[in-house]
Amino acid sequence: MLEIRNLHARIAEDGTEIIRGLNLTVKAGEVAAIMGPNGSGKSTLSYILSGREDYEVTEGEILYNGENILELDPAERAAKGIFLAFQYPVEIPGVATMQFLKVAMNEQRKARGDAELSTPDFIRKVKEAAAELKINPDMLKRPLNVGFSGGEKKRAEILQMALLEPKLCVLDETDSGLDIDALKIVADGVNALKSPDRAVIVITHYQRLLDYIVPDTVHVLYKGQIIRTGDKQLALELEANGYADIIGQAA
Amino acid sequence: MNMQAQNRQTAAETALLDSYNAQIGELPGNGAVISARDRLVDDLKTNGLPTRRVEAWHYTDLKTLLRSIPASGPASSVRNPAPLVDAAALIKTRQGEADGNVSVDGIVVGSYADMLREGTAAPGLSVIDKDDTIGKINGSFVRDGYVLEFPAGAEIGQPIEIQALHGAGQAHTRFPVSFGAGSKATVIERHIQTTDGQAFVSSVSDISLEDGAEVTWIVVQEQGADDTHLAQVRVRVGNNAKLRLFVINAGGKLVRQELRIDVAGEGADLQLRGVNLLGGDTHTDVTLVLGHNVPNTTSTEIFRNVVFDRARGVFQGMIKVALDAQKTDARMACNTLLMSDDAEFAAKPELEIFADDVQCGHGATVADIDDNHLYYLMARGIPHNKARAMLVNAFVAEIVEELEDEALVEALEAIISNWLEKHA
Ligand SMILES: Nc1ncnc2c1ncn2[C@@H]1O[C@H](COP(=O)(O)OP(=O)(O)O)[C@@H](O)[C@H]1O
Ligand SMILES: [Mg+2]
Repeated sequence: MLEIRNLHARIAEDGTEIIRGLNLTVKAGEVAAIMGPNGSGKSTLSYILSGREDYEVTEGEILYNGENILELDPAERAAKGIFLAFQYPVEIPGVATMQFLKVAMNEQRKARGDAELSTPDFIRKVKEAAAELKINPDMLKRPLNVGFSGGEKKRAEILQMALLEPKLCVLDETDSGLDIDALKIVADGVNALKSPDRAVIVITHYQRLLDYIVPDTVHVLYKGQIIRTGDKQLALELEANGYADIIGQAA
Repeated sequence: MNMQAQNRQTAAETALLDSYNAQIGELPGNGAVISARDRLVDDLKTNGLPTRRVEAWHYTDLKTLLRSIPASGPASSVRNPAPLVDAAALIKTRQGEADGNVSVDGIVVGSYADMLREGTAAPGLSVIDKDDTIGKINGSFVRDGYVLEFPAGAEIGQPIEIQALHGAGQAHTRFPVSFGAGSKATVIERHIQTTDGQAFVSSVSDISLEDGAEVTWIVVQEQGADDTHLAQVRVRVGNNAKLRLFVINAGGKLVRQELRIDVAGEGADLQLRGVNLLGGDTHTDVTLVLGHNVPNTTSTEIFRNVVFDRARGVFQGMIKVALDAQKTDARMACNTLLMSDDAEFAAKPELEIFADDVQCGHGATVADIDDNHLYYLMARGIPHNKARAMLVNAFVAEIVEELEDEALVEALEAIISNWLEKHA
């Protein structure tokens, strides 16, 4: 489903290289975990997957279902089913959450040639998904993410994911800022989406989340490269011993 | 000073004077009105149109910007726009003349043309000050309009919508409106181009709020892409009266909207809100002169401007607090979103305070769309232009939502999103 080959990318503004020859393959149906110390480039990788303009790919390619997506803008990638749950979702004053959800869902449908949702259908879907994620409906009456607590923002991201039904879900530290109950709810939400034609990439620091969203593969990202790939045992190892050994071996 | 001696008459100036001469004997008015008109035209002839050397017109050099004036006289103007809110009572002018017989329950509606013919309009055909070019032009050429009287104590639940409709050509209207003591009403003043072609439009709304009146007055300017729109809202706000004045500019090629407000009664409150949507090669100037002239009055003024393409916007906001206007509380803000590198907006807020015990402030900001916001929306599948329009909407929606009336808010939001669809 996703194949990243020898990816090099830098910050557009100052040219600093962040991703330095990264290779990663994620198959349909797979749950892949990406772990690594702070500042390794995990968020940067997720931004690049989503098409954020602040980064410039200088070498390599990203194939999504065999198609090179580097020329697509974020909206086009989203319509093709790529979804990034942000580590730090932004607050957008003045944009009503419900309106945002409706426009996003319908624009993706339009791009795929599907009919737009009727308002009653839309409202029903949002209510159902919000109830699953134990999201207070009052939250949805507010402007997008404005005044949401850290945990509420993360849950709102998962709500969007549930509604948009993407094919490739990238979760960037969705577990940070969540208490254990919220973590379980979010994990249930992600697990509910798992299917043979979907892939999930979970970026996290902690084994904790991986107890609930069990990964098929675990990759360690360090200084812009994947330096080790393994199965869920690798995550347990990292939990016990930290990154030092692996980084030492790679160096 | 004789400007003509320094400046050659421009084509537009010549056309204005010719147009007046061509209409002599045809413009309605008794002797007093005709002499008042002659004085105004004489003033225009002597002083010419204002240039940037005239401070009040510094950012809108009318002499240079006004290139031509279409011939007067009616053009076919066929479209009948639906009222902004379904429930509204419609009062229309077409090409500057009253359209149809109008009666609205609970208020007295008269003809401004009658006032001109009877001469009662003569005292109003005066200028506020020497730079009152709009007063001069409108006073010279005005043919008709409506006189609305809201009786004391009247609570008119139904919004009144004045539609000033026009096609190509000239249209000059005036609307003297008085809100009696304790009356409550909502009036929508709309300026709409109904056919293509260049129009030259002037309009003056002369509004007074008697003691305790509570009024929402909404100006919606939706002129055509080639139109010149010179408009003035003159207001006097009496004791304990409350005026909510909302102005949206969403059209026109060369626009000057003046707001001349006299907060004249103790306890009076003004809430002024403006949205300026500017695009193409247009020039739009909103000039506010607000006088807090007695003690214990309050006002807030908030303008949100969105400027696309090569459009130029101007906001001049002058708040004057008179010597004995103690305890005045006045706050003004002007926020602009620049949507292109060639877009321009000049904001000139000014406070002139003679009283010492007052709370006054102003602020102006200029920004462009937040890239992080744009990226977030796009990352959810919303295409670039649509995402941009949503963010622009968000920037102005706050102001519109303050109106609270759901039907009105929806109608104004529709105007904004239609405009954005065409320009964003
Ligand atoms: N837009 C940016 N501007 C400046 N520095 C950046 C930017 N994006 C990433 N970086 C830097 O790149 C490195 C990797 O960051 P990031 O991808 O957020 O790491 P991680 O998510 O693994 O903690 C960090 O040193 C970070 O400061
Ligand atoms: Mg990160």
